[in-house]
Amino acid sequence: MKRYSKTAVILSLLCMGLGQLYNRQFMKGIVFLAIHMVGLYYSILYVPGAVRGLLTLGDHAARMELVGKIYQHLAGDHSIYLMIEGLIILALAVIYLGIYLLNIKDAHDAGRIRESGKSIHTFRQDMYALLDRKFAYLLLALPAAGILIFTVMPIIFMILLAFTNYSAPDHIPPAKLVDWTGFQSFIDLLQLKTWSKTFYGVLIWTIIWAVLSTITTYFSGILIALLIQRKGIRFKTMWRTILILPYAIPQIISLLVMRNLFNGQFGPINQYLSYFGLGKLPWLSDPVWAKATVIAVNMWIGMPLTMVLMMGVLSTIPKEFYEAAEVDGATGLQRFRFITLPMILFSTAPILIIQFAGNFNNFNVIYLMTNGNPVQPDYQYAGSTDLLVTWLYKLTLESSKFSTASAIGIIIFLIIASLSIGSYRRSRSFREEDMFQ
Amino acid sequence: MNGRRKRKSTLSNLLGYAILILISLCTLYPALWVVLSSLREGSSLYSPDLIPRASTLEHYRELFESRTLLFKRWYWNTVKISVISMVLGTLLTTLVAYAFSRFRFYGRRTSMSILLSLSMFPGFMSMIAIYVLLLQMKLLDTHIAVILVYAAGAPVFGAFVSKGILDTIPRSIDESARMDGASHLRVFVSIILPLARPMLTYLALTNFVGAWVDFIFARLILRSKEQWTVAVGLWDMVSSYQNSNFTMFSAGAVLVAIPITVLFMYLQRYLVGGLTSGASKG
Repeated sequence: MKRYSKTAVILSLLCMGLGQLYNRQFMKGIVFLAIHMVGLYYSILYVPGAVRGLLTLGDHAARMELVGKIYQHLAGDHSIYLMIEGLIILALAVIYLGIYLLNIKDAHDAGRIRESGKSIHTFRQDMYALLDRKFAYLLLALPAAGILIFTVMPIIFMILLAFTNYSAPDHIPPAKLVDWTGFQSFIDLLQLKTWSKTFYGVLIWTIIWAVLSTITTYFSGILIALLIQRKGIRFKTMWRTILILPYAIPQIISLLVMRNLFNGQFGPINQYLSYFGLGKLPWLSDPVWAKATVIAVNMWIGMPLTMVLMMGVLSTIPKEFYEAAEVDGATGLQRFRFITLPMILFSTAPILIIQFAGNFNNFNVIYLMTNGNPVQPDYQYAGSTDLLVTWLYKLTLESSKFSTASAIGIIIFLIIASLSIGSYRRSRSFREEDMFQ
Repeated sequence: MNGRRKRKSTLSNLLGYAILILISLCTLYPALWVVLSSLREGSSLYSPDLIPRASTLEHYRELFESRTLLFKRWYWNTVKISVISMVLGTLLTTLVAYAFSRFRFYGRRTSMSILLSLSMFPGFMSMIAIYVLLLQMKLLDTHIAVILVYAAGAPVFGAFVSKGILDTIPRSIDESARMDGASHLRVFVSIILPLARPMLTYLALTNFVGAWVDFIFARLILRSKEQWTVAVGLWDMVSSYQNSNFTMFSAGAVLVAIPITVLFMYLQRYLVGGLTSGASKG
């Protein structure tokens, strides 16, 4: 018996498509060969430069140089462009390598089929298999390309940035080069006094904020849902419709409106207070008041969603539980404490975690309401109500401290990921539930 | 005995109504206030009374005719961007959800985990890279760029919820169609899609609204005023002329909020359904 598969693998290893040609799959062989030509050409042309660019991040910055007798402006290496181009080229090279591996595996499999004496697939059959058994890959091709370009690549790029010194004022291309600095941004953030004070301050407030805002929206939602579901209360649909309104208004609108409502000087709320002979309150201008205000406003925004969710959950609790409790003489509070609450907590625990993660990164409420203010003079580019995300945003867009911002982004990711991976994995949409199937 | 109990429950019902009315007032007040402000004469934030003495539609007219505020143009830009990214985003997300829900292929769990981790990075952590990328592609300041960013990002956040909803459609239905010789494409188009209408509604709504209200990427990519969306425009109105032009901002806010609010109220059960099916323990 001839060892078709071995020969095919060696041929395919030498040059993409040869194995297929050897297996007499001419059409496929030609396609692979064409991909190989293009891939090899561009790899030789670009990969060495890309690797060099990524490793060095450029040799010369843009500069004035004496050429002959006059100074001329010479365009130098732009470290950031080098980095992104390097990434794109390497990504393409990886895809090329992947196709190469696919080609070898394909040659091997086809060889095996020949060894077993069966006839090999025609090109038409292969195409049919793509529509049939491998349909999922076809479905995923387009979305995957989009995610690769607009999500994966940018995230890898930002992760890389955290290990450079790309930051204003000293390392902004094209006038200056950017260098690799290892973990320096993290060390600065956690240990250098000027940064660490801001970092820990903002981190602690972010955690307090996430805990308080999750708890307040969660329990206010439960209480209101319970109130509406009470036996004696009528017009349940009407109450529900009124109270869901904050959820329906776009956040950007309601928050910008709130910001004006609470305006210390001209806002209507302080105006009403003065009607009652009360003084004006520094809703957004005093650090402590501002924190309380954003939590209250967040409650206004977040309560409706919990309320609706809870109304759904409440209707699933069996009536017998309450009847039995009543027979045993349990008070209303006891019924809530020992029946309602455990049932609700049990079925909404994953939502609670998702909401915590969402609040941890609640950019809108803080940025649109207070812009992170009032100003905190001890902080680097952050105000008293800034969360880690809004600080990251400001560092990126307002003060060009890109490397620090990226380091913060990675830290946020680590916190959120460690929190939610476990709960997501247990959630229904992630598990392989074959109970329906 | 019975009478006392009855009186007690009437009392607590009254208390319940009182609380509900109070909360409803808090809920309605900001919305009411901004609508009334938009009808008020003058332009300042300060107003001596809640109900304006004389109401006017002047600010709405001005908003559309002003030469410095290109509101009409922004509105049209926003409608265009939102509709196109809704269609593309929904399509891409549905493809991913369908693949994950119905096929068992090599690398499935790995790619699901990767997708999940990606959704945990703060969205705008990728801002710089996207900016430079679009700069290189010469797409900065174009609507195509914004649409691409929204549509490509849609599956990262929507695919899991959608997969959860698709999972609830019994597999036996599409398997029997496969037995009868229908292709995957046929099953997808004529069986899954019609059954998944709640999911499609959910996705279309979230994608449309996402594009409508986003100002982070829109502000990053759309540099010139003519290209802006309403979200960017409103943000600019508030941050640059906070007090001097408040009534006009209110008029703009009302116009931006109305379509979304109506859609949400009308389709809220799909939204809540989407959220619970993605997250609850089964």
